[in-house]
Amino acid sequence: MKDWRYWFAEQRGTLLAFGIFVVMFIIYTSNHPAGFTANVVQTASNKGVLLAFVAMAQTLVVITAGIDLSVGMIFTLTNCLASWLVVGTGLETAFGVIAVLGTGLLCGAINGAIVIYGRLQPIVATIATGAVYFGIALLLRPFPGGSVNEGLADALTGRLFGIVPASLVTLLAVVLVVWVPFSRSVLGRAAYAAGSSEMAAYMSGVPIRRGKFAAYTLAGLLAAIGGLFLTFFTYTGDAAYASGNAYTLFSIAAVVLGGVSLFGGKGSAIGAIFGALAFRTIGDLLFVFDFDPLWQPLFQGVILLIAVSLGAFALFRVRNRLEWFL
Amino acid sequence: MSETTVSGLAGRMPKFLRRADPAVLTAFACIVLLLFLGSLYSRSFLSPEYLLQQLKVASFLGVIATGMMLVILLGQIDLSVPWSVAAGAMMACAAAAYGPVGVALAIPFGIFCGVLIGVVNGIGVAYLRIPSMIITLATNAVAQGLMVVYTGGFSPQDSATGAMRYLATGFAVPGVPNAVLIWALIGAAMVFVLTRTGFGRTVYGIGNRERAAYLSGIDTRRVVMIAFAVSGGLSAFGGVLLAGYASKAAQSMGDAYLLPSIAAVVLGGTSILGGRGSYLGTVAGVILITLLQSILSVMQMPEAGRQIIYGVVIVAMLLLYGRAPASR
Repeated sequence: MKDWRYWFAEQRGTLLAFGIFVVMFIIYTSNHPAGFTANVVQTASNKGVLLAFVAMAQTLVVITAGIDLSVGMIFTLTNCLASWLVVGTGLETAFGVIAVLGTGLLCGAINGAIVIYGRLQPIVATIATGAVYFGIALLLRPFPGGSVNEGLADALTGRLFGIVPASLVTLLAVVLVVWVPFSRSVLGRAAYAAGSSEMAAYMSGVPIRRGKFAAYTLAGLLAAIGGLFLTFFTYTGDAAYASGNAYTLFSIAAVVLGGVSLFGGKGSAIGAIFGALAFRTIGDLLFVFDFDPLWQPLFQGVILLIAVSLGAFALFRVRNRLEWFL
Repeated sequence: MSETTVSGLAGRMPKFLRRADPAVLTAFACIVLLLFLGSLYSRSFLSPEYLLQQLKVASFLGVIATGMMLVILLGQIDLSVPWSVAAGAMMACAAAAYGPVGVALAIPFGIFCGVLIGVVNGIGVAYLRIPSMIITLATNAVAQGLMVVYTGGFSPQDSATGAMRYLATGFAVPGVPNAVLIWALIGAAMVFVLTRTGFGRTVYGIGNRERAAYLSGIDTRRVVMIAFAVSGGLSAFGGVLLAGYASKAAQSMGDAYLLPSIAAVVLGGTSILGGRGSYLGTVAGVILITLLQSILSVMQMPEAGRQIIYGVVIVAMLLLYGRAPASR
């Protein structure tokens, strides 16, 4: 009984995000002209998974009480790189995928090195590295174009057994391969500990630096997986500043919706995934209700504003006014 | 009465420290170095016309960075700059379409819209205790949404009023562009507020430790709210000037000002954690960023190379003097 309550308290944010997503998705599909069909689910999951990967990347960094404003740009950079490399025969494609993921890891490691060993503030440091990554993306693809191994792309954005969207399966695989081992490892616990109280973690001999460095590096990897998926989804590479920026912004929104505390040490990537899926579904609600697409940015902005304001309810629980000032 | 002695002491201390701030000196040294490197490339980099032109371009960024600095001094950040700039510009131009009254009220109305965005930010940060990075991103998205709905997704057709053009491109004093004059006035006001008024001291106090400022009997929430409102207003005013300069507003005109305004403030030695920094440093940062952008574009560096150099320079300079103290 006690264990069950602890688990519930720990997962409250994730469960809330899951609940929001389910409600929104039911509203979405029940009003969709085609209804709840495999096609609708496939399209929705392909769009949602892109943001889910970037949101997972953001989660890893946010858990350490940092922020990565370059995730969108790593996403764009790896998209451009994949449009050059992930082509040709099976072996060439495999090497291309490895190179793209390696680039993501490298970008994340650079962020981590600058923030942790260079001791710069994550906000400014990642804005600056984001500019560099975007510059490289622009060098690779001054104009949208390129191609991708279409067999692989169709396999990963299509359906398994005619029903299950392959993108969701990939997302699940990434969660099992990256997130679950990380969050259960010493490094993952160090990342959580560093986010919740860096001083206490340091005093207890927790390897906070290695934990934070691993979090930033894996964030780069996850953003690269997202970029790879974007290439599979669109068949092209495009160095679009607005889209990279939007993904950074939406990843923060998804993380907040997913119950991850921006002060660090609380939340999980699973919550952020449901936050991302919920955010995408809310954004698409306008289309099924036949609104003018012009209203979409405003609608998404208002949702974001409401979502972040919900956190203010915690103020009612504050007994001592000094707790206002964290 | 005890408050005056305490704040008087606090007012004197940073001023003394500021005199010898190595960050400001480094920033000015970098400006000289940039000019020297530029002059090796072309003589015209040292001509008064070129320098005055750069100062004029810098003044738009200067006005926006002034608001950003006030917020950063509090230990917060304002990421709603892009669409505060665009909203200020678009609303001022929109007001101009409503007859002579609209033309007269164009500039105040544009600034008012920016203040409104800032007040929403301020309420979120000060009263709802939402992290500033998040609430300002959200208001930025809402402002963008409102502007997209208003303009229908295209650049608006309304053009800037004569007064806006005069402020941005005219010459009230021969030889000195009005934009530079406006930046100087706003800068002087900011220096006065930061160093000579209780409000300014409170800003530094909150940046150092909001809890302590609150316990000293300061209504810290009101101060934070005012600072965000001022930042929003100054961003919008920057947008109004930019619209006057280009004679119309454009969809993404503010995007190019978020990173530079933060970079200018931080390169000028203001701590991103708040509580430390001088306006002189911000001036140096603004000029440094503008010169860097200008030299890169004169050398016909493509956009990609400019972004890369820009990011690398910011990281390198911060590694030189913007590092946090070694842990323990």
